[in-house]
Amino acid sequence: MEAGTLRAGGRSQLERSPAARLPDRLMRYGLLGIALAVLLLLVVFFAVLVSDSQDVFAKQGVFGFLFENDWNPAQAQFGAAALVVGTLITSALALVIGVPIAIATALFITELAPRRAKYPLTVLVELLAAVPSVVYGLWGVFILIPNLKPAEQWFADTFSFLPFVGGPVAGPNYFIAGLILAIMILPIVSAISREVISTVPSDHKEAAFALGATRWEMIRMAVLPYARAGITGGAMLGLGRAIGETIAVVLVIGNAPTIGKQIFDQGYTLAAVIANEFGEASSNPLYRSSLLAAGLVLFVLTLIVNGVARAFVVRGERGKTPKAAAGAPVA
Amino acid sequence: MSTGIAPVSARRRRGDAIARGLIALLTAVALVPLVLVVFYLLYKGLPAVTADLFTSDPTGNFLGNAGGIKSAILGTLEMVALASLMAIPLGIGVAVWLVEFGKKSRLASVVRYFIDVMTGVPSIVFGLFIYITLVLTGALGSGFAAWKGSAALALLMLPVVTRSAEVVLLLVPNGLRESALALGAPRWRVAVQVVLPTALPGLVTGSLLAVARAMGETAPLIFTAQATLGTSFRLDERMNSLPIQIFNDIQNPNPVIVERAWASALTLVTLVLIITLGARLAARRSRFAT
Repeated sequence: MEAGTLRAGGRSQLERSPAARLPDRLMRYGLLGIALAVLLLLVVFFAVLVSDSQDVFAKQGVFGFLFENDWNPAQAQFGAAALVVGTLITSALALVIGVPIAIATALFITELAPRRAKYPLTVLVELLAAVPSVVYGLWGVFILIPNLKPAEQWFADTFSFLPFVGGPVAGPNYFIAGLILAIMILPIVSAISREVISTVPSDHKEAAFALGATRWEMIRMAVLPYARAGITGGAMLGLGRAIGETIAVVLVIGNAPTIGKQIFDQGYTLAAVIANEFGEASSNPLYRSSLLAAGLVLFVLTLIVNGVARAFVVRGERGKTPKAAAGAPVA
Repeated sequence: MSTGIAPVSARRRRGDAIARGLIALLTAVALVPLVLVVFYLLYKGLPAVTADLFTSDPTGNFLGNAGGIKSAILGTLEMVALASLMAIPLGIGVAVWLVEFGKKSRLASVVRYFIDVMTGVPSIVFGLFIYITLVLTGALGSGFAAWKGSAALALLMLPVVTRSAEVVLLLVPNGLRESALALGAPRWRVAVQVVLPTALPGLVTGSLLAVARAMGETAPLIFTAQATLGTSFRLDERMNSLPIQIFNDIQNPNPVIVERAWASALTLVTLVLIITLGARLAARRSRFAT
């Protein structure tokens, strides 16, 4: 049969009629419309959040809001420095405690554990993420705070020569909040580290072994240099989580709008203030806008942290700058 | 030329043993909180679990009978179900567009980027979004309402559903798509009748994990659905939920109410675990997902 005989009325017989092509187009552009609507929604939310928090920025200025240490709603003073500092301290504590443990679990599961233990261990670490934050808060308030207080006091007395340690220990404090945040970010940091570590080519590992490396030397020379970017990204994703976590923190940090002198002092965070003072603020426009401004700061902060984290993770997963790939096993 | 291989020096062997031991020890440390949380949930929660807990609503009385958590359990189920109805079809729809139509186009990478951004947004910020757009201003009726809580939860679920669905859809072998196209099937039928059914177990897993995450969220509900005492089936009114009930009970000085918080937490964790387990079982049935 010649090609010409296939043609009827200007189009190929094999081609669908315009009517039959309609569902395809409907699906393609309908789904695209949904995707774009979601994006548009985010942009609208952001715009409304910015405009609704203008009241407090107009009164105190953006810098006054962020860096003035005077949170006193009764006097209409909304300097959020203590909240910003509290968010930074608790997140930093979470990283210091959580990240080494998360990397250790990832290394243990991928490189050291017997084959049969890998899957159960993975599930157990992931179960930590299945516990709702309010349950961690409940556990923190009634178990951690009373039981850890003597140990904290001992630590504060014994190591009072360290910076930010010493003096009387408050029940709810930065350290407890940081500890709970560390538990909460552990699963995600561990999962991403595990993913990145499993992409390390076995050539590199075998090369290290062939040169006579012990298992730990192999990890240090072949695995860690190769996975460094991805692990950094995972830690930053954890940081993003820690910054935004609300409910567990509001229950264990004491909600005192002051900058504590040591890690066992009470504090406050940006997320905690929103959850804790929302009820009182809802009828007072300036107060309310100051809480929305706290939410805006939180949003922007997590956007930046997550943007950087994604870049690291992507670099870690396909990354391998030629230098790292070539240099790692013989380093 | 030496013939033997020099033995590993004692110092290096010791270093290896210490490092391995430390890694194993830290892994054990990571599991301590899990054990402790589960232990205390059972130890403090189980004694407070009675039939009354599940069949009566909280009374709101400070003294006397505190009541149960029926309204909280039903409220959580209702709101999460509605949130799933919103988020799962939308999320899978966006994933289908990304995999079947958008592919590697610039527009698709913009959509992917925004979905990633959404994954990182703190849940309390989603609550604020809904609060300022739906609760404060009243185009659709102002004030707190259960469906607004569901909307906040849906925003939270959407990126989780989309990302997991995209991964699963990408695992569907191209040969299946090409066979269907070669048989003359239009694109939409390939997507609906070949790709989606093949990926179904994986889609179920991702969606259930999103459901489990939404179920335990407290922060977005504070400003949207708020709380109430009685059991409610009206989506345009305030609704109670388990996380909010626990959050409020923790701050109550009455030890009986704190006991109820432990029992409610045990209930909530059990619900979340059942759904997580369902997700794992669905994943096991999957042919492509690992």
